[in-house]
Amino acid sequence: MDGTDEDRADAWFHALSDRTRRDILRRVLAGEHSVSTLAASYDMSFAAVQKHVAVLEKAGLLTKRRQGREALASGDVAAVRSMAEMLTELESLWRGRISRIDELIALPQPDTGRTTATTPLPDKD
Amino acid sequence: MPVTNVSHDLDARTLTIVADFACPPKRLWEVYADPRQLERVWGPPTHPATFVDHDLSPGGRMNYYMTSPEGEKYYGYWEVDSVDEPNGFTFDDGFALDEAFTKNPDLPVGKNVFSFTERDGGTRATFVSTYPTAEALQTVLDMGVVEGASSAINQIDDLVAA
Repeated sequence: MDGTDEDRADAWFHALSDRTRRDILRRVLAGEHSVSTLAASYDMSFAAVQKHVAVLEKAGLLTKRRQGREALASGDVAAVRSMAEMLTELESLWRGRISRIDELIALPQPDTGRTTATTPLPDKD
Repeated sequence: MPVTNVSHDLDARTLTIVADFACPPKRLWEVYADPRQLERVWGPPTHPATFVDHDLSPGGRMNYYMTSPEGEKYYGYWEVDSVDEPNGFTFDDGFALDEAFTKNPDLPVGKNVFSFTERDGGTRATFVSTYPTAEALQTVLDMGVVEGASSAINQIDDLVAA
């Protein structure tokens, strides 16, 4: 993990450390909600809910758009989370290639350093 | 494991992997210079690769396909940019439409920089892979390489539901 990943993880865990924010995220993952609708679901002020939404937004877990007077929030896990996830997936693909290279170079080589398709090399293990 | 370092740059959509191999750079170079060796390492075991054209020279083209367990073929190509035997090479990695290996303009192209340097009798290899957009990387991974990224969303969903 590099610094960017660590910062992002900090922001996520901070955002998800609060029960109300987890609940807000669950709702907006299921579909777009206006901030005022969200606020009506909790026993707290509109400003307090708005603040929770802002924390989720800053962590990149939620996006907001304006429609007239309303702020509409939706879960944005796919966009942010999947970049980290996708690079991890790509990494596992590359790790596979690297370990196959490692196995291949450990095999005894013919003098030419070449093999042909018709004479498969023995598989290790 | 030969992998000694990995870094993810989320903003630049770049993966960098450093690996140390117990062979001189020349031997590692041969893996890429020989299509029969290259296809043994390029595709995952579930999707073996077959290289039908192989030209590791500047401007050269490599054409290959990977075969899924169901027998479906995914066509791809490399367009070699620069070559510095045995120290490394750079190439674009893209998808082709069919067995004629016409480039598929709708699918993303990854940029790859491979460098091999001698180190204590072995080789330190650095593989850098960059994709132009998040969607591009998503597409690359969805093209039959491994499972999609949707599991990540499920994981977060489980986490927030807990």
